Amino acid sequence: MAVETRPKRPIRWHIGVFLAPAVLVYTAIMILPLFGTLQLSLFRNIDQSQVFVGLGNFRTLFGDPNWSVNFWNALRNNVWFFIIHMLVQNPIGILLAALLSSPRLRFTAFYRTAIFVPTILSFVIVGFAWKLILSPIWGVAPHLMDFVGLKSFFTPWLGKEQYALTALSLISVWQFVGIPMMLIYAALLSIPDEVIEAAECDGVTGMAQFWKIKLPLILPSIGIISILTFVGNFNAFDLIYTAQGALAGPNYSTDILGTFLYRAFFGFQLQVGDPNMGAAIATIMFLIILAGVCVYLFLVQTRLRRYQF
Amino acid sequence: MKTKLLTALLLGTSILGTTGIALAEDVTLNIESWRGDDLTIWKDKLIPAFEAKNPGIKVVFAPSAPTEYDAALGAKLTAGSAGDLITCRPFDKSLELFKKGNLTDLSALPGMDNFSPVAKSAWQTDDGKASFCVPMASVIHGFIYNKDAFDKLGLKVPTTRDEFFAVLDKIKADGTYIPMAMGTKDLWEAATMGYQNIGPNYWKGEDGRAALIKGDQKLTDKDWVAPYEELAKWKPYLGDGFEAQTYPDSQNLFTLGRAAIYPAGSWEIGLFNTQAQFKMGAFPPPVEKAGDTCYISDHTDIGMGLNAASKHPDEAKKFLSWVASPDFATIYANALPGFFSLNSSPVKMEDPLAQEFVSWRGKCKSTIRSTYQILSRGTPNLENETWVESANVINGTDTPEAAAKKLQTGLDSWYKPAK
Repeated sequence: MAVETRPKRPIRWHIGVFLAPAVLVYTAIMILPLFGTLQLSLFRNIDQSQVFVGLGNFRTLFGDPNWSVNFWNALRNNVWFFIIHMLVQNPIGILLAALLSSPRLRFTAFYRTAIFVPTILSFVIVGFAWKLILSPIWGVAPHLMDFVGLKSFFTPWLGKEQYALTALSLISVWQFVGIPMMLIYAALLSIPDEVIEAAECDGVTGMAQFWKIKLPLILPSIGIISILTFVGNFNAFDLIYTAQGALAGPNYSTDILGTFLYRAFFGFQLQVGDPNMGAAIATIMFLIILAGVCVYLFLVQTRLRRYQF
Repeated sequence: MKTKLLTALLLGTSILGTTGIALAEDVTLNIESWRGDDLTIWKDKLIPAFEAKNPGIKVVFAPSAPTEYDAALGAKLTAGSAGDLITCRPFDKSLELFKKGNLTDLSALPGMDNFSPVAKSAWQTDDGKASFCVPMASVIHGFIYNKDAFDKLGLKVPTTRDEFFAVLDKIKADGTYIPMAMGTKDLWEAATMGYQNIGPNYWKGEDGRAALIKGDQKLTDKDWVAPYEELAKWKPYLGDGFEAQTYPDSQNLFTLGRAAIYPAGSWEIGLFNTQAQFKMGAFPPPVEKAGDTCYISDHTDIGMGLNAASKHPDEAKKFLSWVASPDFATIYANALPGFFSLNSSPVKMEDPLAQEFVSWRGKCKSTIRSTYQILSRGTPNLENETWVESANVINGTDTPEAAAKKLQTGLDSWYKPAK
């Protein structure tokens, strides 16, 4: 057999050149700090010098009740925060997208913009505005509820242990519902008319059409949204910090991993910050998010069927 | 390596940034502070007064936001870009900076002998040998009340606890005013204006505080639980929805004339004077029986130290000596009614409300907040836990005993008093 010598490929150096800026920037501001954090979590400050303690910080975090109680509380709250987003934000987002993509709806562009606006607002504004709205003293919420005779249902939600976290989750949902809406809306628009027409020929219309034709086609988008929500929620911090402060009151009932990390890392009031414990918490957060993303990538995404049009 | 490079870069920018100023003949001193509210007072009153006497030295007051101050200052100090003069938080935050070598020992500074040992205690090493910040001001706790409201309802200023609650009952029964303006949303109001305000009368000021640090008393003792029992009784007198009432809400409720009594710190005086349209008065935390010794929280709050990396230490020391002088104390205390000079020489103040507050120093015994010295060094942090538990007690989610027990357990987990 004659050995066919392939023509030697030229070195495609332009790939490297084009990738370099992104890779360098990303490495400098994401990868290096990430490894810096991992490294920091293995050390402890003893007598003004950094001493290697292996997994000592993690043992403290999980073994010392002063830390572990707060950690599990924060994790539990964070899970609840995520559940509310999954159960409220994403279904509402899908519903809004379905309504918006209906050809008979007028002023679509207006609704789309109006619903998306909160997403681009600063957390500080959102936190402050909702604190005012829900304020029992000057807020509009008690007055509006009074108008419709529901005054007795009003309580200072943000100040009650049993309601505060749910209230904040719903505020966050209000702020971010635009994102799932936009993604799903885009996915719905990309469904070709032929498919819809074929469905109509087969007599699949209305709700049945949505459940049987459209929903399966947008499942990959819903998957992406879920994972974005997951990552976003477990990294959340801003809203709780602006609305409830770093102590995440009342009685730590709104403490999530982000605020817990903040207090440990930077300290608060008389508490002096402990960057090493903070880094340990950040590492755990990283691992939680990594695990969640892996579950999605390897278990969920591979099973999602993709349709090519 | 990476941090060194970063430090070098930041240092580089700070040097480049200041070269323009350094070329001029005058020496410029920068002050780091969290008191952005005081910017105009520094710019218009204090700095001109100093510069007039010390030609050749320019002073710039450069504040950052209170909640960011500590983190920002730490980063600037590490990077070498912090100002020459550093406004000192009391106790451990500053002690930490001194131990790290960021602050200079000022024990020998001319003017330091103008201050009593209690005044200096907030900025000293535990053994009291080295002082590293010049004490500037303290704040006093008490209650500010709406005089017009008291006159209208024919109320007398209470001196004992029974009278205090009788007054609250009358205001509540009348219904025109919310008896007391305080919320638990921001947590610290409950601890600072509540627990630390009324507490010293129960634990006998410095005696109790010292005993707690020595380990002779516990937070679960009667004297330390009793203030929580009183706080729990405050609940019915607070406004509707006080659980979500923030600190600015409380301030506004009072200055708008909707509430009659405001558990206060003297730092409110300046703001209240400009906002309230009615006459105000103040009374110290009521005692148990008429004639009992009263104790007040006269908390050392602000000091000023010298950045060890300052390029102009001599000029900065000159400034600090001036800060320690009665001249500074007079201007400062009058410009900021409610921030009382710690200077031993008495300062004449114009503001009647401030005079009322400071007059308590004569008849009551002063102490500082119980959680600040030494006891808030570990995790869980006693001060922060006190915020949470004080709010819990007022909200009724924890009993006074349970709250005290939680605090003591947390403290025991890391604090071993020297026997």
